[in-house]
Amino acid sequence: MLILSSLLLFILLAAARDEFQEELVIRPLHSGDIYASFQFRTLWDTDFLQEGQKVSHYRLFPKSLGQVLSKFSVRELHISFTQGFWRTMQWGQPFIPSPPGAELWVWFHDTVSDVDGNWKELTNVLSGIFCASLNFIDLTNTVQPSASFKPLGLGNATDHRFLRYATLPREIVCTENLTPWKKLLPCGSKAGLAVLMKSEKLFHSSFHSQAVHIRPICQDEQCSSKAWELRQTLNVVFDLHTSGQGKKEWSLFKMFSRTLTEACPLASSSKVYVDITDNPELFELSPATPLLGQAVVLGDRRTYSVYDLIMPTSSMVLSPCALGDMLRPLLHAERYVAGFGLQTGEIHTVIYNNHPYRAFPVLLMDSVPWYLQLYIHTLTVTSKSRDNKPSYIHYQPAKDRHRPHLLEMLIQLPPHSMTEVTVQFERALLKWTEYTPDPNHGFYVGSSVVSALVPSMVAMRTNFTQDQPLFSSFVPVKEESSYFVRVYTEPLLVNLPTPDFSMPYNVICLTCTVVAVGYGSFYNLLTRTFQVDEPSPPLSKRLANLIRRMRGVPLLT
Amino acid sequence: MDYYNLLTTCAFIHLLVSIPYAYSNYVENKAGQFFSSGHTNNWAVLVCTSRFWFNYRHVANTLSVYRSVKRLGIPDSHIVLMLADDMACNYRNPKPATVFSHKNMELNVYGDDVEVDYRGYEVTVENFLRVLTGRLPPSTPRSKRLLSDDRSNILIYLTGHGGNGFLKFQDSEEISNMELADAFEQMWQKRRYNELLFIIDTCQGASMYERFYSPNLMALASSQVGEDSLSHQPDLAIGVHLMDKYTFYLLEFLEEVHPASQANMNDLFKVCPQSQCVSTPGHRTDLFQRNPGSVLITDFFGSVLLHDMKQLVADVSSQKPKQKDWHPPDGFILGLWTLILLVFFQTYGIKHLKHIF
Repeated sequence: MLILSSLLLFILLAAARDEFQEELVIRPLHSGDIYASFQFRTLWDTDFLQEGQKVSHYRLFPKSLGQVLSKFSVRELHISFTQGFWRTMQWGQPFIPSPPGAELWVWFHDTVSDVDGNWKELTNVLSGIFCASLNFIDLTNTVQPSASFKPLGLGNATDHRFLRYATLPREIVCTENLTPWKKLLPCGSKAGLAVLMKSEKLFHSSFHSQAVHIRPICQDEQCSSKAWELRQTLNVVFDLHTSGQGKKEWSLFKMFSRTLTEACPLASSSKVYVDITDNPELFELSPATPLLGQAVVLGDRRTYSVYDLIMPTSSMVLSPCALGDMLRPLLHAERYVAGFGLQTGEIHTVIYNNHPYRAFPVLLMDSVPWYLQLYIHTLTVTSKSRDNKPSYIHYQPAKDRHRPHLLEMLIQLPPHSMTEVTVQFERALLKWTEYTPDPNHGFYVGSSVVSALVPSMVAMRTNFTQDQPLFSSFVPVKEESSYFVRVYTEPLLVNLPTPDFSMPYNVICLTCTVVAVGYGSFYNLLTRTFQVDEPSPPLSKRLANLIRRMRGVPLLT
Repeated sequence: MDYYNLLTTCAFIHLLVSIPYAYSNYVENKAGQFFSSGHTNNWAVLVCTSRFWFNYRHVANTLSVYRSVKRLGIPDSHIVLMLADDMACNYRNPKPATVFSHKNMELNVYGDDVEVDYRGYEVTVENFLRVLTGRLPPSTPRSKRLLSDDRSNILIYLTGHGGNGFLKFQDSEEISNMELADAFEQMWQKRRYNELLFIIDTCQGASMYERFYSPNLMALASSQVGEDSLSHQPDLAIGVHLMDKYTFYLLEFLEEVHPASQANMNDLFKVCPQSQCVSTPGHRTDLFQRNPGSVLITDFFGSVLLHDMKQLVADVSSQKPKQKDWHPPDGFILGLWTLILLVFFQTYGIKHLKHIF
């Protein structure tokens, strides 16, 4: 009887062929903040894009996303909602970078005939799923990067006609975006690590980013079987000084105002990692765990204490923060607008290479809206006050009200240097109806993306293991000596020449008054004729005139 | 003394028998009332039309009606919530992800489970009218559509800045009362509602329902033409006014309502009299066919689902009802027998016990 039930269970599990893992990484940062990164991964052995066979039974994979993938023939989908800006120099590199606002990039399958139509419908459907205004993504802010956004999953197609990238830097992230995001998880927010996600604490932070990444991956080294991977990530940076009453202690309850009760029963692994690399003697972790793990992530070997929720221990963690030397981020970028007035300006992008002796190339991608008209002949790239000619430039000029500028350049950064890219622009005057209801706030320009393979001090692991922690397996590692880094710059806020919106009313009043007074009087003078009019005589005179007429005597005047 | 005992026991028996009959009558009356409202589903369209931080109170107004409507049973899929600006995660908000309705920060009307369908720049006159009339582009997702039919009761709540005959959207455009009346007429002709309740909380709000001409409309406004609707109280920590007076008292009234409540529209008309609101709330019921006193609050604010059981009831009643035997309550026979034995032994003494057993 027992054998039969276990056999049945095994068959059922084999037939389902999907698994769910969750993890939380807590890393105290050198600036006194705490970086918490949640990752939820669902792996599913199925083929959404198979012809003639519709997937109809969903277990762990959310049905809304599965239907979106099959309807629009999507191969890869990456969407992120971010509030705040990641300060690379103070916090280091994030596990999964994201620009402020909303960012969506999608690789479509190469069987799609009308990519633009699919893109438009996809953005509308996603705006309904995530309660965001993604329907504002249209051709005026969509670009097709040729080299910057290569597929992160399987796929050797490099035809960038099937790639679409768009950002909405103005997009707000609030509880209404978190609610549908939580509903995509198999256990919702009722069990497992998602219990910690209380919106009042998550949004009272310096940085908040939630993302959904869907891609096809190989299940093993030889890539004999493929699976769909859905990763939901949530990165938060809590500022202890505003919420920690001054003490440098932290605990899960203080950060999230919730404690972990149990692991999600549908999860095959549920772990909490605490980064203890920096000065382990000064740290005090309670409850202490003998489980230690080491992982190489972002070019740095770090040590973690591992708490496994499926084999439960207590959930409260307390420790004083320790200060030590932070690994200086090797790649860092900034951007700002220079110039004065409302006619012209200059965009400066500054990229820092902090490696002491290695030079490496970076790919810079800039997508500027059409109303900032770039003068590409003024583009200059200087490193160490010498001209630095990019080895690859891809530029697509903007078309007014149709598409934005796209500029991609491969720049070689000399070691330990600062490279500055400048380009001048002119601000366009929009039509009266194209302004937003609050035009004096300004118009946003999306972040620049700097992508690079940065040389690593520590050898990265290229072999594939199933029990790698999720945070170190997001980006596929192709070679041992370098790791992939993507840095987003700040978005720009640019004032366009704004008309005075009360002018049409003023003009109508003034013009009508001038026409009425000026032309009206002139017309009267020209065309008015005067006639003499006799006043009618009084009654007595009229009677007298009547009698005189009868008598035949001349009338009175 | 024995007579008295007998009388009390008879009265007790009578009471025990009559209570179930009275209850079944009451249930029948309730059911009859239930079937007479005529709607099968409920929708709500809640719109806040103001932008900028100092219009915090309009977002709080809309969210408090959203909260009440959700609490009384209308699901998110049947609510179209339009907020023209984000107050909860605004950088000026000292408590992020919260919107409060009371100055002691007692009630967070934003909550943890909110779904906003139209937000920010999407709240325009064109989108609002398209939602009402149903003429949306084909790629619009379901959560952004008003998928009502001819048996839907719809609640429409508007708040923001308004004037005599218009309502301002986001400080850049306006909707006039004639446009709104025409939109409702379109909805009537396309059979998109069974009954519609229109509530507006703006200055001179009564001017917005003056021009309605479609049947089955009931309207409420927070102030008459020529009067301003006032805001309730500021909060010193947040720095702005938190709610408008009319919606504050409306929320207080709705917090007392629960899904089985029998409160009707006449109670709603009494919310916020001039002594509390300074402005005079107005209402219009001449286009509405039923008597407002018989219209329940939950007909519009809640989602009391009605299943059409008329055919089933007709089938059942056409058959001859089987006479169900009435059995007295449990323990009654035992009690009756102990009473009889007690009386017997009291009168005749215990020495006759051996004659019975």
